Amino acid sequence: MRFLVYSEDRELAFQILAKARELADIKGSEVVALVTDGAPQDYINQGADKAFNIEGLGSFALTPYRAAMLKAVDEAAADYILIGATKRGKELAPRIAATLGVGCMNECYSMRFEDDRLVVEKLTYGGSTVATEYSSRVPTVITVSPRSFEKLEAAERSGEIIALDVDIPEPEVKVIEVREKPKSSSDVENADIIISAGRGFKAKEDLKILDKLAEILGAAIGCTRPISADLGWMDFWVGISGKKVKPSLYITCGISGQIQHVAGIRDSKIIVSINNDESAGIHGVSDYSIVGDVYEVVPALVKVLKERA
Amino acid sequence: MITLLSSVGNIGRRNMRQVVLLKAIPDVNEIKFDPRSRAPVTAGVKKKISELDKRALEAAIQTKDAVGGEVVVLSMGDDKTNTALLAALAMGADGAYIVIDPELTGLDTNATSKVLEAAMKEIGEYDLIISGEMTLDSMSSQIGPRLAELLELPQVTYVKEFSVADGKVTAVRDLEDVDEVVEVALPALITVTREINEPRIPSLMKIMRAKKKPRIVWDAPALGLEVESIKAMSYVIITDVTAPLVERKQIKIEANTVEEVAAKLTEALAGEGVI
Repeated sequence: MRFLVYSEDRELAFQILAKARELADIKGSEVVALVTDGAPQDYINQGADKAFNIEGLGSFALTPYRAAMLKAVDEAAADYILIGATKRGKELAPRIAATLGVGCMNECYSMRFEDDRLVVEKLTYGGSTVATEYSSRVPTVITVSPRSFEKLEAAERSGEIIALDVDIPEPEVKVIEVREKPKSSSDVENADIIISAGRGFKAKEDLKILDKLAEILGAAIGCTRPISADLGWMDFWVGISGKKVKPSLYITCGISGQIQHVAGIRDSKIIVSINNDESAGIHGVSDYSIVGDVYEVVPALVKVLKERA
Repeated sequence: MITLLSSVGNIGRRNMRQVVLLKAIPDVNEIKFDPRSRAPVTAGVKKKISELDKRALEAAIQTKDAVGGEVVVLSMGDDKTNTALLAALAMGADGAYIVIDPELTGLDTNATSKVLEAAMKEIGEYDLIISGEMTLDSMSSQIGPRLAELLELPQVTYVKEFSVADGKVTAVRDLEDVDEVVEVALPALITVTREINEPRIPSLMKIMRAKKKPRIVWDAPALGLEVESIKAMSYVIITDVTAPLVERKQIKIEANTVEEVAAKLTEALAGEGVI
């Protein structure tokens, strides 16, 4: 039994390697990393027994990376093909699974052995439910959500680096232009405190009252899907279809609590809800709830926090 | 066993042909949970076309308006699906192909994509296949790319904007860190994100007329498929689906003035060590 791990996102590859290492140790099996960034020793140091090093692939494109992945699957005789669940990973994984004619479980955030079955958990129904699944046959493809597992402490580890030769096909899809996104979206994903705005705000200008609160708390500002996608007041949103976040404090301001939003903030340590509607669903899924007008509560919070500082 | 619900002539071919993959799913906002088992109760919940698939259809109709041709939809499901697809025909699809076979329920993505591959072979010629980037029930994001692999098509996933001209699709992909502008020759498969458009709401007149549009229903034998061999290709087994326990403190902060409320909250958050 072997685990093959790949993600074009190094950090995510390391997180998956840590979990694969743990699972492989239980079964006395082996972890192989597919490395395309030219630094195979890093992957050994993060827990891989072997690093398959493929050079000359360039930046991610489906056709060449598919060929590389299939070569690695074959060479490793992999049973569990673990791929980072980035958007690129999710375009690759089902194609690998379809080529092999095997099962695929996407966006898993937990993996454990029950007897000889590798059982995973993933969200379904818009994030409102957790499905527990396994594949009755190996090999199987599993994509792993970012930040589901902690990477290992970096250490000098020994392992085998194997150069793989692959005939690299031309991409079928031509990239004409790459546009950088506004940087703020990644700030929100990694923020320790997030203040998030919902439809309780009546105008874009009114969001300014959150700036002062954000400044005092050192927080990033996010919002719900309607604020971003429908009204265009911000570039991105937090939720199952947007950014999934894991802050220690998430303060919702004028957010009703649609399941897609709540699913995206589930991993927050503390959730605060401020909404003048007592029956808003958000109050039922928060740690501290305030039934009050954001236009009054937010400035009052700013005042109290200033005095405290 | 299976009756051809309606088969009003053939779905003809003119110019560019788009096939939209649609799935009818229980409305995720309507789902209730069994208080004891925490399992979702989907019985009695009406099926609707999955939100992102509806946007895929809207995109196909807009493309048809721009460059001509026709739009057909392909779905797999049950009689509820058949009803839900009337909405697609009302929106402007020219015809619907539906695989309904009670023997083929509960298949995983591997087996489902094999059925859709067989259906695509029956459909014949096509230039562009479109679907949503995922359906909200299973959230698997696999059917599009799997079908592309089986049909040996190039794919462009997470498309938030696209146009068709000169036998090519030019699309903007919404990736985590960047937007990627790409170009691919037809035939191809694309999956779209929520930002692509706002789907139209059809008029009552169009809803009435939708019933007259061709709907072709296939079961497994009609597609030349053996039920047992398809079932044998379904590997992923779901053992449990439950709503996760929400273990939040649910403490209400109440006081006479808003300043006192703010002070109480601040105190509580400081106590939690998060500020």
